Amino acid sequence: MKHLLSTRDLTPGDAIGILDTAEEMAAVNDREVRKLPALRGRTVVNLFFEDSTRTRISFEAAAKRLSADVINFAAKGSSVSKGESLKDTAQTLEAIGADAVVIRHSAAGAPHRLAVTDWIQAAVVNAGDGTHEHPTQALLDAFTLRRHLARVAGTPSAGADLAGAHVVIVGDILHSRVARSNVWLLTTLGARVTLVAPPTLLPIGVEHWPCAVSYDLDAALDQAPDAVMMLRVQAERMNASYFPSTAEYSRLWGLGDERFDRFDTPAFKDTVILHPGPMVRGLEISSTAADSDRSQVLRQVANGVSVRMAVLYLLMSAKESAR
Amino acid sequence: MTTPTNASGASASSSARYLLRGASLLGRERVDLLVEDGRIAQVGSIAGAPGATVVDAEGLVALPGLVDVHTHLREPGREDAETVETGSRAAALGGYTAVHAMANSSPVADTAGVVEQVHSLGRRAGWVDVRPVGAVTVGLAGEQLAEIGAMASSAAQVRMFSDDGMCVHDPVLMRRALEYVKAFDGVVAQHAQEPRLTAGAQMNEGVVSAVLGLPGWPAVAEESIIARDVLLAQHVGSRLHVCHVSTAGSVEIIRWAKSRGISVTAEVTPHHLWLTDELVRSYDPVYKVNPPLRTQEDVEALREALADGTIDVVGTDHAPHPSEHKECEWAQAAMGMTGLETALSVVQHTMVESGLMDWARVAEAMSVVPSKIGRVADQGRPLAEGEAANITLVDPSARWTVDPSRQATKGRNSPFVGRELPGRVVATFFRGHPTVLDGALNAPHPQAAPVVAQ
Ligand SMILES: [Zn+2]
Repeated sequence: MKHLLSTRDLTPGDAIGILDTAEEMAAVNDREVRKLPALRGRTVVNLFFEDSTRTRISFEAAAKRLSADVINFAAKGSSVSKGESLKDTAQTLEAIGADAVVIRHSAAGAPHRLAVTDWIQAAVVNAGDGTHEHPTQALLDAFTLRRHLARVAGTPSAGADLAGAHVVIVGDILHSRVARSNVWLLTTLGARVTLVAPPTLLPIGVEHWPCAVSYDLDAALDQAPDAVMMLRVQAERMNASYFPSTAEYSRLWGLGDERFDRFDTPAFKDTVILHPGPMVRGLEISSTAADSDRSQVLRQVANGVSVRMAVLYLLMSAKESAR
Repeated sequence: MTTPTNASGASASSSARYLLRGASLLGRERVDLLVEDGRIAQVGSIAGAPGATVVDAEGLVALPGLVDVHTHLREPGREDAETVETGSRAAALGGYTAVHAMANSSPVADTAGVVEQVHSLGRRAGWVDVRPVGAVTVGLAGEQLAEIGAMASSAAQVRMFSDDGMCVHDPVLMRRALEYVKAFDGVVAQHAQEPRLTAGAQMNEGVVSAVLGLPGWPAVAEESIIARDVLLAQHVGSRLHVCHVSTAGSVEIIRWAKSRGISVTAEVTPHHLWLTDELVRSYDPVYKVNPPLRTQEDVEALREALADGTIDVVGTDHAPHPSEHKECEWAQAAMGMTGLETALSVVQHTMVESGLMDWARVAEAMSVVPSKIGRVADQGRPLAEGEAANITLVDPSARWTVDPSRQATKGRNSPFVGRELPGRVVATFFRGHPTVLDGALNAPHPQAAPVVAQ
C-alpha cells in the first residue's frame, strides 16, 4: 500500500491489517507516555484546502505520537488562495521533503491526482475529497464497530472482520464521502449495509452498490441493526428542494426521541449509534440519542487517532522499505 | 513518395499540376486524378501529364477534403490556447479542407466585424476554408438575438449560427432564432444542455459518477432540449442542427424526428464514438468534456446511428486548452478535447474497421453532408472532373501512436494520448494545392481564394 485514496482499493486483508495495527496504536494511546519513535525524522504535511479542524488535529496528533514532524498547510490565506495551482503546491511540498501528504480538498479526486502524477513522490492520504471518499473516517467507524461487536461477543477484536453485522446508514448519501467509504469498507469486511435516505439524496446508480437501499427508516430499524450511522444533513439542502422542510426531514429520516425509544426494546439491546460529526442536533439526531450511552461519537474521535496512526505508520514504513 | 517531374515541381502555386497516381476512389476503384488550376482536370487512367508532379497514391484512399462542422479555433481572445493559424494547420494535417469556427471567442463572434476578422485570418493562414459560425445571441448570453442578418451578408457569408458552449435554453428565443435564420438560408446549431439540470455538472450521471462523487450531467438534460427543439423546428419549418449528440436516448428522438420529416441534422464527435465515462475513474481532466463521455451502451447507439444515417456527420468539437487548465483538479479543469488531427483515424477505428461504414459513407459523414449543412461552396463535392480539387489521401494501413506534443494544435489535451490509431493522412489538397504532402505540412495555399457561401 503506497497511498490511501479510497476504501474500494482495500482487500479484506489490507483492511484487517490496518485495524489490527490501529489496535496496537490504541494500546500506545492508553499508556502514560503516548509516543512512539517510529516516524522520527519523517515529515507529514497536512494539506487542507477545506477547513476541518477535527480531522486536521486528529491527523496531527497521530503523526506527532509517531514522532513525525508535522507541517500544517492551510490553503486559506496562503498562496493557494491567490491562484497557485495544486501542481505548484505539490511540487513545493516535494521540494520541502514531505514524506506523506494528508490532503483534504473540496474537489473529488484531488488526492488521486497527487498520487498518480509525477508532481510529488510522497505517500498520499485522502482526508476527505469532495463528495467522493473519506477513507480514514470509514476505517475508524469500522474499528469502533469491531471493538463493540467483540465486546458484546466476548471475543478479541484483533484479526476479526465484520461478518454478520448489519449497519444502517441514514441521511444525505448523495453528498456524503463518509457513506461511500463506509459502503465499500464495511461490505469488504463482511458486514451488511442498508442505506436509508429520501430518494432525492441517493445517487443515480446506487442500485449498483453492494448494499440495500430503503426510503423507510422505520422499516430498516425493524431489522434491529447492530449499528445505526446518522449522517449530517445540511439545512441548506432544503433550498435546493432535496426535501421540503427540516421538520419533515426530521420526522421521516431523523433519529428523534420517539424513534430512539425503540432502542429500549430487547432487540436493540446491543445496537449502537455512530455519527461522523459534527452533529446537527434536532435535525438528523436528537440530543437524547446523541448523548445516550448508545452513542459512540466520542469513542469514534478517540479511535480516529489510533486509526490514523496506523495508516501513517503502514504507508510511511512501506515507503521506507521501498527506498 | 512525391516525385517532381519538372523544375517547378512542388512549388507553392495553385497553377501547378499534380498527378495522383493509383488512388482508391472512396475506397473503391483505382484511378489516377489530375489536379490542375485548382480543379480536378481528369479522373481515370491517365497515361501521362507533362509537367505534373506525381504523387504516388498506390494503396491510398482518396476522399473529398474533410469538412468540420464544429471547431474551436479560440482566436480572437484565447491565442494561448489556439490561433486560426495553428488550428487550421492541425485541420490540414487531419485531412480537412474546411472548418467551421465556433463563435465562443473573446469577443464573441456575434457581429459582422468579428466574423469578418476570423474569416480574413483564415484566408491569410491559407490552410483550409475557415467558415465562421455566428452567435445566435449577443455575447452567448441567451437573452437577445445577435445581428444574424449582418453576419450572413458580411464578407464571411455566415450560414451556421450557434451559441455552442451554451445552450439556447429559452424556448421563445430558440423559436425566434429558428424562424429568423430562414431569411438567410441559415441553420441553428444547438448545444443541447438544459442548464438547470446540469448546474455544476462534472461528468455523465450514472454508475460511475455515483462512485466518484462527481456531480452528474444526466442524459435527460440533452434529450429534453433535443425533443423540444425538433418540435420547434417542425412547428416553424426551419433547419436545426444538433451538435455533439452523446446519448442513446437522443438518437431515438432524432430518429423519430427524421421519420416525421423534420429538417434536423445531427453530429457526433469522434470521442463519443469510442470513449466512455469509465475513463473518468482516473480523475484525469484530459477526459473532461462537454457533453461528457457516456456509457458503452451510448457509444454503441451512436455508432449505429452514424452508420444508418440517423446521425449525419462527424464533428470534431476540437477544443484546445492550455496545459494549466488540464493539469489540475477535475472540478477546476476546463472541458474539451482536441480532435482535428485524430478524427479520421478514430472514425476508421470505430466505424470502418468495425465494418459499420465503408469509405464512401465516411466521405458522406465527414465531407459531403457537413458542407451541405454549412452551405460551403466547392467542398464535399464528388471527386469528378471539373470539381474543385479538395482531396484527402489517407493510408488506411498505417498505424501511429498519438503524441500530443508532436501535433500542430497548441492544445495538448488529446484523450487518445498514447493510443495506437489506424490510418494516416498522407496528403491534403486544398483548392488544388497540397497543404499536406508525405504526411507533413507542406505550404499554405499561395492565393487567398475567396471563400463564399453557396
Ligand atoms: Zn458544444
